[in-house]
Amino acid sequence: MRVAIVIVALVLGSVAFHLLSPWWQTPLASNWEAIDSALNITLLICAVAFIALNLFLALALIRFRHRPGHRARYDPENPSLEKNLTFWTALGIAGMLAPGLVAWGKYVDVPKDAAVVEAIGQQWQWTFRFPGPDRVLGTAGVEYMTPDNPFGVNPLDPFGRDDILVESNELHLPKGQPVKMILRSKDVLHDFYVPEFRAKMDLVPGIVTYFWMTPTQDGTYDILCAELCGTGHHQMRGSVVVEPREQFEGWLAGQMTFSDLLAGASPEAVTKLFAQANTCTRPATWGMR
Amino acid sequence: MATTIADDLTPMHHPRTWVGKYVWSQDHKVIAIQYSVTAIAIGLVALVLSVLMRLQLGFPGVFPWIQPENYLQYVSMHGMIMVVYLLTALLLGGFGNYMIPLMIGARDMVFPFVNMLSYWVYLLSVLVLVAGFFVPGGPTGAGWTLYPPQAISEGTPGSQWGIVTMLVSLAIFIVAFTMGGLNYVTTVLQARTRGMTLMRMPLTVWGIFIASIMGLLAFPALFVAAIMMLLDHVAGASFFMPSMMSMGQATDTLGGSPILFQHLFWFFGHPEVYIVALPAFGIVSDLISVHARKNIFGYRMMVWAIVIIGGLSFIVWAHHMYVSGMNPYFGFFFATSTLIIAIPTAIKVYNWLLTLWRGDIHLRVPMLFALAFLFTFIHGGLSGLFLGNVSVDVPLSDTFFVVGHFHMVMGVSPILVIFGAIYHWYPKIAGRMWNQALAQVHFWVTFLGVYAIYLPMHYLGVLGVPRRYYALGETSFIPESAHLANQAISIAAIVVFAAQFLFFYNMIWSLFRGPKAGPNPWGAASLEWQTPDTPPRHGNWGAKLPTVYRWAYDYSVPHAPRDFIPQDEPHPKDTAP
Repeated sequence: MRVAIVIVALVLGSVAFHLLSPWWQTPLASNWEAIDSALNITLLICAVAFIALNLFLALALIRFRHRPGHRARYDPENPSLEKNLTFWTALGIAGMLAPGLVAWGKYVDVPKDAAVVEAIGQQWQWTFRFPGPDRVLGTAGVEYMTPDNPFGVNPLDPFGRDDILVESNELHLPKGQPVKMILRSKDVLHDFYVPEFRAKMDLVPGIVTYFWMTPTQDGTYDILCAELCGTGHHQMRGSVVVEPREQFEGWLAGQMTFSDLLAGASPEAVTKLFAQANTCTRPATWGMR
Repeated sequence: MATTIADDLTPMHHPRTWVGKYVWSQDHKVIAIQYSVTAIAIGLVALVLSVLMRLQLGFPGVFPWIQPENYLQYVSMHGMIMVVYLLTALLLGGFGNYMIPLMIGARDMVFPFVNMLSYWVYLLSVLVLVAGFFVPGGPTGAGWTLYPPQAISEGTPGSQWGIVTMLVSLAIFIVAFTMGGLNYVTTVLQARTRGMTLMRMPLTVWGIFIASIMGLLAFPALFVAAIMMLLDHVAGASFFMPSMMSMGQATDTLGGSPILFQHLFWFFGHPEVYIVALPAFGIVSDLISVHARKNIFGYRMMVWAIVIIGGLSFIVWAHHMYVSGMNPYFGFFFATSTLIIAIPTAIKVYNWLLTLWRGDIHLRVPMLFALAFLFTFIHGGLSGLFLGNVSVDVPLSDTFFVVGHFHMVMGVSPILVIFGAIYHWYPKIAGRMWNQALAQVHFWVTFLGVYAIYLPMHYLGVLGVPRRYYALGETSFIPESAHLANQAISIAAIVVFAAQFLFFYNMIWSLFRGPKAGPNPWGAASLEWQTPDTPPRHGNWGAKLPTVYRWAYDYSVPHAPRDFIPQDEPHPKDTAP
């Protein structure tokens, strides 16, 4: 009896906790309403199942608790009941899977007009790269990295010269512009995660990964690393500033290009950089354009 | 049938010395206890590590001796110990060993020597694992998933020596498991007594049987992954290591794939969830049936659900990798297969509930744990649907939602079953009964405590609090109240931790001082309660093996004199002249 009451109390308590808890999703700041609504549909179906199953459990415990003289019913199986339950469960599952897959269909389908922005992870900081006026990121790779070329941009690739390098953990993005985030890691796994954007994806050394989203709210948001990357994992922070296009353009214009970087480096360093690039016989690690 | 061989007592060499009986023992019951005690002992280490983690998360900065590298080491060792060295070893090596021969009416495992070897090799794997705490740099802090490159790169604790002891220990464990697993499968297939058809076996045996088959198929993937990573680390191979930088220096690795490791790991890792869950499913079915004095509802459906879950669990692994950078189109397939597996799982839940319906429910402590399992498993199973449903997983992955979910479904739930099972079978194994009051207190604190720990974690995860963070530090989106939640969780964790000592005290005290238990205190129908001796002796059945006439669930049969009929009791017509 006591356990039945506790189970009812836990169900009611869980519902109350859900309604009263101050901890829920951060306000959405991107286009991913589809993810939020898939989550809400999943939550609704699961909540109904949670409440119904546990109340049935409590009811069974109250009605069929042991009393002297009482005897259980011999009841091996009931195929039609089992078939019905299977059917309704499958329906519930389909009801949450469908919106989930629809949202995923959007997630993997990058719009043609998405602007390209590259986020680069390393233990334990973020840097960023924008393509210049040619709208193409130059090839890059670990093999091109020197202290003077921390981004590893291929100096032999003409597409890389106008690339804009943001050697800071602060990224700016224009509001309302779909963005394809190109992700690459110099060292270990990382994960680009902005809770308000909902979207996230791992950075994997050796390959290029991506996801896309459209920032929809002005503001400054935290960038977290969401894939364990060593002792400084919890300190691998950045921030993303979403702002109107004009302000964004102004910020971008103030950043350094790869050409600026080459012009500012000492002649010896540039020679070394090209010499190192000339020895590379295989395609750049991050050849994706 | 093996029964005629088994009936012949001459090949049974009863050990004569104390060492032969209790140390180098080939008796499945002694091996089961060796396995269980070792698993629980190393599990205690994991329990302490979890409290240390909670101290750091609840009270950051208060314990200056917990540094980021220590925290990550606690996380990693806690996870690996719990999943592999405690849960797998205890459910299969412990319960599998004890229950299979007794429940199917065999005298022992079919390969007793291999069985003994399995335990000693397991012990060796535990010792190598523990050695990781004492090597330079300490144990690995790469997370229990051991993802490369960080597992063997600078910047991760234990990336020199700790990872080696971990990988070697896993390889040894898998050797031990393979010896045990082959034994469990062969014994179930070959050593069932007369009349014990597969469809008369208790669900405990079904769960352990299918889990053992799964283990034999899944652990090799982990084995090769461990060997490949060892080669990467000590022999300069590049299976998982691309060309990359490490602490500002280019490595000489080239062309390896970190995601390949994740595929191998989760091809093992997801079935592993069910390797732990299926024995628990089986055991809890039997606990509910016995203490509700009612046959398990839909027995055949329950068996098929176990088999189908076992099969499907091999094609869902990449739901752990939706945001890993693998080809995103895989997401469609793995989300669908993952949510389909919820159907047989839901059927099991319905059948447990329908077993209680119209039962005669005795709320004894083993039953209370079984009911608590139902509650936590329903919760954990449902929260799994969020994570399986690919796009919903995107915001939640690598947050505390994941931590809350998997602890609820494969931490708390199986452990509640294990407690229930220990209380349930203790009188048979020890011959004595445990103390009621202590067991009740242990149950209530544990059940309510774990819910207080894990429910809020889901909400922190939805908020976006990332997992495996030594400290949350300054963030714009985490309110002050979330830190209070972390404190409350930590306090609940410490209370639950303390309550476990009531359990240990009760078990040890009762071993010597508990009142004598009868051979069948719960009135159970399955075969293990019908042994001629309690605790059962070497050989289990005395001179003659039992013959089975019915399934394990003849409870409250109409017109029967008692509310249960043991499996080895003939039908009236069978005894008629």
